[in-house]
Amino acid sequence: MISIKNLHASIGDKEILRGINLEVKAGEVHAIMGPNGSGKSTLSSVLAGREDYEITEGEVIFNGKNLLDMAAEDRAREGLFLAFQYPIEIPGVSNINFLRTALNEIRAYHGQEEMSAKDFLALVKDKSKLVELDSKLASRSVNEGFSGGEKKRNEIFQMAMLNPKLAILDETDSGLDIDALRIVASGVNKLKSKDNATILITHYQRLLDYIVPDFVHILYKGRIVKSGGKELALELEAKGYDEIKKEFELAD
Amino acid sequence: MSLIAENKSAVTQTLLDQLQNNASKVAFMPDSEIVSAIRYLEDKGIPNNKHEDYKYCNIEGILRKEFKSVEQSFNALIPEDIAPLKLEEAINLVVVNGNYVSALSEKMIVRGLTVKAFNELSALEKNLLSSQAKSESDALIALNSAFCGNGLYLEIENANVIPMPIHIIYVNSGNGNCVVNTRSFIRIGPNAEATLVESFYNIGNSKVFSNFVSEKLVEENAKLTCFTFQNEGSLSYSVHTNQAKIFKYGNYSNMTATLSGELVRNNHNVVLAEPNCEAHLNGLFITQGTQQVDNHTLIDHQMPNCESNELYKGIAKDKSSGTFNGKIFVRKDAQKTNAYQSSKNILMSDDATINTKPQLEIYADDVKCSHGTSTGKIDTEALFYLKARGIGEDTARKLLLQAFAQELIDKIEIPTLQERVLHLFEESL
Ligand SMILES: Nc1ncnc2c1ncn2[C@@H]1O[C@H](COP(=O)(O)OP(=O)(O)OP(=O)(O)O)[C@@H](O)[C@H]1O
Ligand SMILES: [Mg+2]
Repeated sequence: MISIKNLHASIGDKEILRGINLEVKAGEVHAIMGPNGSGKSTLSSVLAGREDYEITEGEVIFNGKNLLDMAAEDRAREGLFLAFQYPIEIPGVSNINFLRTALNEIRAYHGQEEMSAKDFLALVKDKSKLVELDSKLASRSVNEGFSGGEKKRNEIFQMAMLNPKLAILDETDSGLDIDALRIVASGVNKLKSKDNATILITHYQRLLDYIVPDFVHILYKGRIVKSGGKELALELEAKGYDEIKKEFELAD
Repeated sequence: MSLIAENKSAVTQTLLDQLQNNASKVAFMPDSEIVSAIRYLEDKGIPNNKHEDYKYCNIEGILRKEFKSVEQSFNALIPEDIAPLKLEEAINLVVVNGNYVSALSEKMIVRGLTVKAFNELSALEKNLLSSQAKSESDALIALNSAFCGNGLYLEIENANVIPMPIHIIYVNSGNGNCVVNTRSFIRIGPNAEATLVESFYNIGNSKVFSNFVSEKLVEENAKLTCFTFQNEGSLSYSVHTNQAKIFKYGNYSNMTATLSGELVRNNHNVVLAEPNCEAHLNGLFITQGTQQVDNHTLIDHQMPNCESNELYKGIAKDKSSGTFNGKIFVRKDAQKTNAYQSSKNILMSDDATINTKPQLEIYADDVKCSHGTSTGKIDTEALFYLKARGIGEDTARKLLLQAFAQELIDKIEIPTLQERVLHLFEESL
């Protein structure tokens, strides 16, 4: 699905990603954990195509194509989806209009015709049920005035609508109440298949109780310093990052 | 005399000579007004960028450069020319090259509505002309007073509510270079209500300097809702002066959409002359190429308990430019004034400029006033969010610009007009 090799990215003269290696195959769920500021959101932004970062080294192959050569919109059209840690409010653009535009641009890219209004509305109805999104939210401006939890739910709703191959969820669990967490997690689980993959960025084991990862990675100071199975997350939950920090301090 | 002063009077004098040679023998303003108008013009000259209010808008320079000679050769228009400009839900009235043309206008008998040409006015009515827009306040008003055509006088008598919009189509059409001085007078009597659309066009291939003045009286407890649609095309240089006076409990609103015109200068002046009245001024423009659109507003709060609201938005592309200059006076008697003003602008290129200048002069102590301006590039975070969902750069920009303009487009409550504005707006994105 995606193969990240020795990825380095900086902003100004600050190097934030310092050699990331990660291989995700179809059907897998990977969790990335790591202390604040370690570069998790940067990694997801770089993959999604945010232009603020300079890629200084490395390559990313996404379904056989060179991801870093593609514009952000083409990455999305190729099936990459980022659920933002901080979803953006866009006053004046309705959620519905936004999604219809996105869906149709993706379809056009694949040489498919526009979806009919009827089919589109049926899809909206179906997918908003999946994350129990209030239908009123769908007709409001994108994220405008949404509560923190509503914004996160809206991200997963969009993911459901666009049906990506690789979804990167950047702290989608933070800010969700217990019920919402369960709803969102079950939405993600329902969308999972042997043909797609998920990268979960999270600080909490709790999410991983619901969406069980095949692999857990620890990102620290711009590198993946440790990888393991789901038990690694439990270990972290118990011990915190102290040991890891100590072990890799010298690498800085 | 300095060289500058000589040049200044030279341009004005040439213009005056040319207009005087071509003017019809009939004058429409009161005689005394014409005398003072010419005197003021000869004295002050057409404003250039040395004039504080025209710092970014050198009218004299434009006349010197683009209107060295004027032919004043005008075309008469036929109904087929006007048909596409009409609004189906409105009573359509037509003013061609500054003259009200009854033959092209719709004649509907509507209770309380009077429409006349200036040359049909009674002495009493004629005296109203130039009662609001004074020659001594602005050389362009003076120019208009001295040379305006047979303009349109519209009156809604006491307590009548006009059930459909009234649409005045101002259209210029000529050959070569032309200067057109169009004038209108609108009076909404006590307790009366009307919705007015004023559309501006230049059809054909003449280069036009269009100097428009409209006086508007909104009397006690009356309501006037105006929409101004400016689509004069790339051969047009225009100044639009609106001089409105609102009486007790009166309500005046205007929404100006500027879609084309090489130069459009709007001077929108509102006097809140009595207590408890309100004014709402809104504007939206999008410019490209070397276009320039300037919105200058002046709201004069003279009496207590009045409210004013202003929201202006602009999008400037290419090398185009714009100005928002909003003056608010709160006079010493105008206690309990609420005055809000906001101007937001988006620059779509490094060569585009928009200047904003709020100017509040407050002489009363118990008032609520706020103003805010912002001018910046398109929101890159929002752009990235849209692109990250598969929406291409172009479409994403358009979505954001439409969203930016939406609250103003929504104010255009007349469906056909709203569609017309939206269509042209989307086309120029
Ligand atoms: N635009 C930027 N300008 C300057 N520094 C930046 C920028 N973006 C990220 N950084 C820095 O890069 C580092 C990594 O940030 P990032 O947001 O990727 O961390 P994170 O692992 O997602 O943290 P958190 O768990 O708090 O979300 C931080 O030190 C941050 O301050
Ligand atoms: Mg983060």
